[in-house]
Amino acid sequence: MKLITAIVKPFVLEDVKAALEQIGVLGMTVSEVQGYGRQKGHTEVYRGAEYSVDFVPKVRVEVLADDTLADKVVDAVVEAARTGKIGDGKVWVTPVETVVRVRTGERGADAI
Amino acid sequence: MDALNNGDTAWMLASTALVLLMTPGLALFYGGMVRSKSVLNMMMMSLGAMGLIGVLWVLYGYSMAFGNDVGSGLLGNPAENAGLQGLFVGTYTGDSPDYPLSGSIPALAFVGFQATFAIITVALISGAVADRMRFGPWLLFAGIWATIVYFPVAHWVFAFSSADGSVVGGWIANDLKAIDFAGGTAVHINAGVAALALAIVIGKRRGWPREAMRPHNLTLVMLGAGLLWFGWFGFNAGSALGANGTAAFALVNTIVATSAAMLAWLLVERIRDGKPTSLGAASGIVAGLVAITPACSSVSPLGGIAIGGITGALCALAVGLKYRFGYDDSLDVVGVHLVGGLAGTVLIGFFADPGSPAAVAGLFYGGGVDQLWRQVVGALAVLLYSGIVTAIIALLVKAAIGLRVTPEAEATGIDETEHAETGYDFSSLRGGGGLGTARPPVTRTPGQVPATAGKES
Repeated sequence: MKLITAIVKPFVLEDVKAALEQIGVLGMTVSEVQGYGRQKGHTEVYRGAEYSVDFVPKVRVEVLADDTLADKVVDAVVEAARTGKIGDGKVWVTPVETVVRVRTGERGADAI
Repeated sequence: MDALNNGDTAWMLASTALVLLMTPGLALFYGGMVRSKSVLNMMMMSLGAMGLIGVLWVLYGYSMAFGNDVGSGLLGNPAENAGLQGLFVGTYTGDSPDYPLSGSIPALAFVGFQATFAIITVALISGAVADRMRFGPWLLFAGIWATIVYFPVAHWVFAFSSADGSVVGGWIANDLKAIDFAGGTAVHINAGVAALALAIVIGKRRGWPREAMRPHNLTLVMLGAGLLWFGWFGFNAGSALGANGTAAFALVNTIVATSAAMLAWLLVERIRDGKPTSLGAASGIVAGLVAITPACSSVSPLGGIAIGGITGALCALAVGLKYRFGYDDSLDVVGVHLVGGLAGTVLIGFFADPGSPAAVAGLFYGGGVDQLWRQVVGALAVLLYSGIVTAIIALLVKAAIGLRVTPEAEATGIDETEHAETGYDFSSLRGGGGLGTARPPVTRTPGQVPATAGKES
């Protein structure tokens, strides 16, 4: 099993969700996060005083997937989230030892 | 003595409510500008002034400001109307009610109206000491400041002698004859320079100006600015003390000068910073209201546009002074109220129109410098008295009980340490159900999932 974590621009979230539903992903966890990469932050001005805002709002999407599906998930996310501009984000895959469904106690691939 | 006028009385009662609303409006204006960890303390400083000054006004404040003069136009007799004695004698009912009047309104209507001025003047100062002043010392400072700064200065500026000479008022209003219709000197220069003195005595916030301390809620700021403008019609048009042509004149100036000041502030920002900002619009509104406060009965509406425009641009530039001189006037009480109050008061000397209700000619209307020097003397007198006395009061309170929260409390947030509250609870893990609250027992069997699954509180 794999955990696919994607950091994407907030406005592409709906597209990413639709793309994942298309390939049969049944659930995901989404959180609002802040950070920066090559894009860096921006500057705000209040009564003439400048404030640099270093961290840019992003959305983190986490999806658990079977090994066979993991690559398709990555491709779907990347395709849906790409605008071609700086700041599109990152996607990475990490191995997952085990997964348990809290309600039923099912383990492993059945719990996804 | 005039007879009671119902129209005038109705307008003054309404104006009192309008001006009182300005202080909660100010609390929103200031509260939105601080960081979220200080919003409640910021608003409580304004509300604290409503509590404390409302009581002091009745006990002896009104009498100090509007009692018969005790000498040289400097102070009203504090004992004359202490506890408002002598102002509510007589008959209130029947065909021929007979009770003390102030002009054409009940004396108590004037007492109430002026109470709201004392309250907001004290509240204005609090913007300079955001994030760091303990609530107790604030109230102690506010009470002493109202007693020995605001009440006497209100006497100087607002207490007019009666025509028959039986009641003697303050020196700026009657001897100097500087024009200050609704409080450019007594309210705005007074509070603005007091804010400067208090900000210097209490010191900078930790991390200022290195750390970004940006406003946490600009929508509150804009709501506050709107309420201030709304209430300011009572402040300026109410200062006509009647429902009459002077009130209408002041009201139109209160619209147009404010509009011009907002445009001017935005123009400065567009040129200097590249973008017109919402905080700039809200600030321009307040700067314009401050500027037209002393001038709304003495300049034509075109003069009002000029005063508003000049002051809006001037204040937009003046808010940068604190970075140059290194005083942490957190929410720009100096840049907006002191500079705006000075500009509005002095510009009357140039723009006063003999066709206006005040019927005085300024420099640009052929009146020479006669009114100009009166305006300058009045402004400087309040500036010096309030600045010096406020610094002494602040130093005394600092020596007696201290002014600031501890560095740890300042980092944690003054709301939590001074009031044991937080302004916002956006996290589902704190309060309002979540960790630490009792949960209903779970009796479901596996396989049954209620329709509300995932939405349990």
